[in-house]
Amino acid sequence: MIQASDYIGVLPEIVLAVFGIAVMMTEAALPPGASRRPLGWLAFVGTLAAVAATLYQARHPGTAFFDMVRVDSFSVFFHLLISFVAALVILSSLEYLDTQHIRAGEYYGLILFGAVGMVLMSSAIELVLIFIALEISSISTYVLAGFRRRAPASIESSIKYFLLGSFATAFFLYGVALMFGATGTTRIYQIADAVQNGQHSALVFTAVALMFVGLGFKVGAAPFHVWTPDVYEGAPAPVVGLMSTAPKAAAFAVLLRIFFAAGAPGWFWPVWISAALSMTLGNVSALVQDNVKRLLAYSSIAHAGYLLVAFAAAREIGISAAMFYSASYAFMNVGAFAVVSHFASAGERYVTLEDYAGLGRRSPGLAATLTIFLLSLIGIPITGGFFAKLYVFSAALQSNLVWLVIIAVVNSAIAAYYYLRIIVVMYMRNAREGAPPVEHVSAPLGVALALTAVATIYLGVLPGRVLDYASRAAALLVR
Amino acid sequence: MSEAILTIVTFLPLAGAVLLLLFPRKDDLIRWFALIVTLLGFVFSLHLPVHFVRGASGFQFETNRQWITAPNIHYHLGIDGISMWLVVLTTFLSPLCVLISWKSVHERVKEFFILLLILETALIFVALDLFLFYFFWEATLIPMALIIGIFGHERRIYAAVKFFLFTMIASMFMLAAIIWLYAQTGSFEYSAAQRAVEAGQIGWQAALWCFLGFFIAFAVKVPIFPLHTWLPDAHFEAPTAGSVMLAGVLLKMGTYGLLRFNVGLFPEQAREHAPWIITLAIIGIIYGALVAMVQPNLKKLVAYSSVSHLGFVVLGIFSFTTSGADGAVYQMLNHGVSTGALFMLVGILYERRHTFEISEFGGLATPMPVYATFFMFIMLSSVGLPLLNGFVGEFLVLNGAFQARAIYGILAATGVIWSACYLLWMYQRVFFGKVKKDVNLTLPDLSARERMALWPTALAALAMGVVPLFWLNAIEPAVRAVLSPLAQMAEAFVR
Repeated sequence: MIQASDYIGVLPEIVLAVFGIAVMMTEAALPPGASRRPLGWLAFVGTLAAVAATLYQARHPGTAFFDMVRVDSFSVFFHLLISFVAALVILSSLEYLDTQHIRAGEYYGLILFGAVGMVLMSSAIELVLIFIALEISSISTYVLAGFRRRAPASIESSIKYFLLGSFATAFFLYGVALMFGATGTTRIYQIADAVQNGQHSALVFTAVALMFVGLGFKVGAAPFHVWTPDVYEGAPAPVVGLMSTAPKAAAFAVLLRIFFAAGAPGWFWPVWISAALSMTLGNVSALVQDNVKRLLAYSSIAHAGYLLVAFAAAREIGISAAMFYSASYAFMNVGAFAVVSHFASAGERYVTLEDYAGLGRRSPGLAATLTIFLLSLIGIPITGGFFAKLYVFSAALQSNLVWLVIIAVVNSAIAAYYYLRIIVVMYMRNAREGAPPVEHVSAPLGVALALTAVATIYLGVLPGRVLDYASRAAALLVR
Repeated sequence: MSEAILTIVTFLPLAGAVLLLLFPRKDDLIRWFALIVTLLGFVFSLHLPVHFVRGASGFQFETNRQWITAPNIHYHLGIDGISMWLVVLTTFLSPLCVLISWKSVHERVKEFFILLLILETALIFVALDLFLFYFFWEATLIPMALIIGIFGHERRIYAAVKFFLFTMIASMFMLAAIIWLYAQTGSFEYSAAQRAVEAGQIGWQAALWCFLGFFIAFAVKVPIFPLHTWLPDAHFEAPTAGSVMLAGVLLKMGTYGLLRFNVGLFPEQAREHAPWIITLAIIGIIYGALVAMVQPNLKKLVAYSSVSHLGFVVLGIFSFTTSGADGAVYQMLNHGVSTGALFMLVGILYERRHTFEISEFGGLATPMPVYATFFMFIMLSSVGLPLLNGFVGEFLVLNGAFQARAIYGILAATGVIWSACYLLWMYQRVFFGKVKKDVNLTLPDLSARERMALWPTALAALAMGVVPLFWLNAIEPAVRAVLSPLAQMAEAFVR
């Protein structure tokens, strides 16, 4: 029997979906010429309501809907993260849509629907439900990627993402099917029992590998990363801020559940190799990029690699390190893309490194915030990125993954170079002749930037609370 | 008060920087504010030598609070005789940096002073938690690189990036060592690491790797030959205040680290590997001096003289004698005062002529007599004239080097001669003779502001030369404490 308490288990999802529908309905009612900003605010309220719903839900942990959904500290952590990211992206989109002359309320609706999928991914403990959640989140992001309808690059981005993405989810589905064949169940915690009872057939290994392919695509880990640069380059900048953080965090959450909660075997070497490859390919390719969006795309591949290092560490400390990393990466990357989206101007004209020349003088505040995010991406102290890397690397060291850590450290050194290039260009080069003045930052975007910057520095100075929470969640994850 | 004083001294400049953010872009207001903040910092830091219990070993003015629970990181500050003077040196040089940049920095004044104040905060000699130390160590990079890169001379970007990458990559090795130590001991505390190594909890080979991890980070910062190539570039391209901070304090973090962490934590490994480190130090002394000799460029000359002088410091530390290490610490302070002042003097000349080429000058003593006198005084302190500070430091270091091994002393002593050669020769070419270029005839002498910046350094140089015991009797117990495991080893060996 479905009881009222079951609905608490999916409360944030319900809230987000209701607000998403409300946005769509209002959109239909609005006259074509009217501003779509109110819809943005409505969606923003929706994300805040989702935060509140999550906090309420956190007081009622347990499973719901016949053990398909589980509310625990782990899911609460990702619920909050995803809702915050969605809220920040909405704030930074308000101005962006106006400058790009995009009048479409469904944009905000899609963000909310996407968030429904992502949030569900992190609390679902049944593989078919996870698959459905994955599809919900993916389909919204496919559409969002193509939102700059007049730009061919955006269309290309959307189609590429759609084709490759559906291919990848198919892999995931095959994995689910094989897992069912091998263990007779699709519930993660029952799989854990089956695996523990020694059902290590080749089928299980194949299933894990196939699921890893599907999710590896979603997080943009090498060798499934090829789509990332093109899609990120074409998609609207705030959407990239969303795509590169929230769905990834959700996919990582699923991976954590499959690897550790289900205790699935045979993932160690694939993850090890994928981590090493992602870091190296991402960073080395980023070195030669002149388009900032592309550069950040390659950087996000590299960061997926660092995160997988934490997976390879394979302990509670690795899980909590991965959670902390997702959180701090989310804030710094959303922030960075918010700056990029403001600076890109109408038609996303200014996205090359050259365009950033002299930004330190033309717009000191914007340059300073971007510098904070870039320093955090490098992993310099006083920023969240530093502790994120520190936790991941020390988790890996404690599991004696010395070589992987060496590869990661060398990679961080390489990465410093290209992030630094942006800072150098902003502060130490003079602006091109005839460079247009940087437009004034609107209030919502300013708030989004301030929040992400504060979050980045908070995680870099007082990481204790978030990490403690993540550690407790990690301890609960394995039953 | 005594609990909070280190926190106040450390974070006062940062608070100033934050306040400065809110200031309107009125350049003079910003300058005065920065000056007041740095002066206040200096006044507060004087609390330390006044209330410091001399002769006591161990750390004083300690604060120890949990900062982060997992991993177990403490906000643990404390000073001994070594770090105390380095803290005072930092706060002493900072107001002078503000004064010397008063006119020379006229664009983006606000940013400049914010960066300078952040840099002052980040220069932390008081951290007793390895992690805290690393945290601030890395944090110095950003303001320094930005100061060089934004306010420097022509090839500033190249110099800034080179500086950043060299130091950052090297310090990753240190971070690896720190994390590894943590994994073994479960604590980032300096004393815990020390105990663990002493108790043999960490294998010899592993300790050696840690030793090398720390060593690489510090060797780049000092810099020890052959890792010094970033330094001349950084110095040359940096604005005057940047050079003063870089030479005066930043490099000292390297030598301080060598003494505190390499020797303090891994005495056996340090002893074992001293010969080649000393060899590199001596190569640095002679190489730096020879390159300085042939420099046609004033600022590069001073930069290379830094390489040479810091060789003395490293030599003193790794001589493992009390005299040598005393001298090394003293020489750190001397170098901060003298080379800092030399960079200021060179910068003052640059403001007037916009060149560092020695051949552009000649006979400057005629139009600028006061300047020439200051220059002479500071130069002599750098050369090591008795009764000035340089003499005491070099004497102690050489004394230690001779005790360790005669050949070290003999080779290093030639460095003293070289430094006299290149500095005096440079002085002769710049100041004596007839004025060769007409532009130089009308150069204005030092302004009141510039004199204000130079007088403290000159007085410090004199005081440190006449009453060195005032400094040394605080330094010596600390140095003995660092070297004590080595002394015990030696005694055990004799028995």
